Amino acid sequence: MQLIFESLFNGVAIGSVLLVAALGLAIVFGLMGVINLAHGELMMLGAYSTYITQLIFKQVSFLKPFYDSYVIVAIGIAFLVSGTVGILLERTVIRRLYGSPLETLLATWGVSLILQQFVRSVPLAYGSGLVITLFFGLFAPLFISDDLLQGAKGKLIRASTWGFSALLGVATGGILSSLVSKLSRASARNVDVTAPSWMRGGIDFVGITFPKTRLLIILITLISVLVVIFFLDKTAWGMRIRAVTQNRSMSDCLGISTETVDIITFGIGSGLAGVAGVAVSLLGSVGPNVGGNYIVGCFMVVVLGGVGNLLGTILASFSIGIMTDLIGAGRLLTIWPEMPSPLYSTIDFFATTSMARVMIFALIVIFLQFRPTGMFPQKGRMVES
Amino acid sequence: MKLSKRIFAGLATASLAVTVTACGGSDSSGNFDDTVTVGILHSLSGTMAISESTLVDTEKMAIEEINAAGGVTVDGKSYKIEYIVEDGASDWPTFAEKSKKLIDQDGVPVVFGGWTSASRKAMLPVYESKDAFLYYPIQYEAQECSNNIFYTGATPNQQSEPATDFMYKRSPAAGGDFFLVGSDYVFPRTSNTITKAQVKQLGGKVVGEDYLPLGNTEVAPIISKIKVALPDGGIIINTLNGDQNVAFFKQIQDAGITPSNGYYVMNYSIAEEEISTIGPEFLEGHYGAWNYMMSIDTPASKKFAKSFKKRWGNDRVVADPQESAYNMVYLWKQAVEDAGTFDDNAVREALVGQTFDAPQGPVEVMPNHHLSQTVRIGEINSEGGFTILEETGVVEPQAWNQKHPSSKGFACDWTDPKKGEKYRL
Repeated sequence: MQLIFESLFNGVAIGSVLLVAALGLAIVFGLMGVINLAHGELMMLGAYSTYITQLIFKQVSFLKPFYDSYVIVAIGIAFLVSGTVGILLERTVIRRLYGSPLETLLATWGVSLILQQFVRSVPLAYGSGLVITLFFGLFAPLFISDDLLQGAKGKLIRASTWGFSALLGVATGGILSSLVSKLSRASARNVDVTAPSWMRGGIDFVGITFPKTRLLIILITLISVLVVIFFLDKTAWGMRIRAVTQNRSMSDCLGISTETVDIITFGIGSGLAGVAGVAVSLLGSVGPNVGGNYIVGCFMVVVLGGVGNLLGTILASFSIGIMTDLIGAGRLLTIWPEMPSPLYSTIDFFATTSMARVMIFALIVIFLQFRPTGMFPQKGRMVES
Repeated sequence: MKLSKRIFAGLATASLAVTVTACGGSDSSGNFDDTVTVGILHSLSGTMAISESTLVDTEKMAIEEINAAGGVTVDGKSYKIEYIVEDGASDWPTFAEKSKKLIDQDGVPVVFGGWTSASRKAMLPVYESKDAFLYYPIQYEAQECSNNIFYTGATPNQQSEPATDFMYKRSPAAGGDFFLVGSDYVFPRTSNTITKAQVKQLGGKVVGEDYLPLGNTEVAPIISKIKVALPDGGIIINTLNGDQNVAFFKQIQDAGITPSNGYYVMNYSIAEEEISTIGPEFLEGHYGAWNYMMSIDTPASKKFAKSFKKRWGNDRVVADPQESAYNMVYLWKQAVEDAGTFDDNAVREALVGQTFDAPQGPVEVMPNHHLSQTVRIGEINSEGGFTILEETGVVEPQAWNQKHPSSKGFACDWTDPKKGEKYRL
């Protein structure tokens, strides 16, 4: 019994890392059909945001008493940072490539390389300054009334908001680099996020140790999933997103601004990648390549679950998680030690992390032979179009 | 137009100036009769750049020190050492290509370079076919002995064997079972084959092993396996690489695999540099085995650490790989002076038997082109360094490991033409 619990918990723990990483992709790839290979790098930006937040909380005197809660603040910041960069990516690159998946794939791969090199060669302080400039530059016009943005005067106002944002960005960069010396130099070195003390260690319950960071990641995943489901199902914008997903031209005819819907969908998908970055930073170190390690797993989860279906993504990630633990940790051998020896040696052979991965990929390939559209294929007219 | 041209010209001059100073090495004001140019070949970009750039820094420092002390004296003439730095870009074929360039185009008499075994394996055929000489500074899995490579890092019998012995006999977990964890590539697998044979000889038991694919940071299945295999604590031998260590130590601590619960981890790839990245709070109480540790309390060691900090910044640390890199530059200089020429074949003969008072203590070049050196076992302390627990005497290197089933009973000797790369003892 204890074994089943432990295995289940481990499976859920591994699965929730996969799920939180794949959730944003499920929206961007599943709903919009955009193959975004830079998704991993958006996660990486989220992870670096956590690192920067941590340093700021450590250095700035009036924030010091709240150091223990920096992770929660970091989740919000990471969402905004990755969301902003994602929206910029959508506006500049992806928008021009809708309907041409191969070109999107190549372009976003290029963007992922640019982002990786960016964090290697630009000091993080000025990197954050740039993100702040983008954030205010992109969003400030939303808060200015439309009349002011018309005509020649409007152009001037738009230009001045960008100028103001640039100033703000430079100021942030300057302040950050003078305040936190670690952020003032560019470095390709991996950095480390240290969880506050209340999040370290584990909770012992019915003889099993539940690591606290894992519990927190499961919680983050749960909340993200619930918020996304609520947003898509219950809000007006969620309904518009679903409408555009099902029939773009009809929605356009009915007065839904498909362009705005694209921006919002992509922004949310990217922001969720940032949240995933926070989760990932708690488990390992943060470096330019951190996102690249997850991108294949994300696509695997989304494809296995069925493109365009959130429930499928959730089930797929948990089943992959549980399988990883069952095969990789050799659970079957512990449960049934007297099994016939040829079977025993076969299972023993696959009971290493590398071989478990091979096995899981093989199983997924076989599964997709029989169900090429995944666990929960989409049905209806939109599939034909 | 005019302005942009001027800016462009200015930039060009500036970048030229930077290149010239970068390639020209130090300008010490001594009077030299001539110059000799050597090659330095490490990754300055890509994933390995973080580690390998520290070796470039150390080699530059050693060359500057030698120049400041009058350079290399050959046949009564003093030579100033200059260097060409090439970037292997963490890409193994590039290492081979740049080696060819250094040998053929630049005509360097020696190349100091490499870190990963993969890069060394890629370069080896180049040096053998051109009969050139590579100096390689990293602790590695051995099972190789080339006439054209000089290995200054530890072989397994100079690192993992004394460490296993210590863990089984004298650590707090003495007599306990072993669990082996590593990244999935050649060094951990070879090293663990040797450890398994040794544990069996000692009468202990290896209850499990697992390898994490490079780049993967999900260690939850490994943790479950460790808990099943070692329910009441035991010895873990860790050969994980780079960042994977961060994930491993963060997660095992949360899962209760700590020294206070009876689990002791012996690490072969964690030196001072890595401790500061991972964070001493995760590593305190675990162990490491190296030839050089920054905490060695001798004048030579202190001087080495002090001059490195003085040259490259106070926050920098020195570690075992850097010490090996430092030693090899000096050993090359001594061999050249003894040979009286820069010619490879003469230098190779003069190299065997060279001794040097290294920061770790005396080292000597053995006939199998490896170094005899001291092995130290240290416990990681809260300040991010090692508390040295024990020191062996000088250990002779085994290019062919005597515990590995495929190489037992073989040795290497380049001073005797009848013996060569691999002969039966």
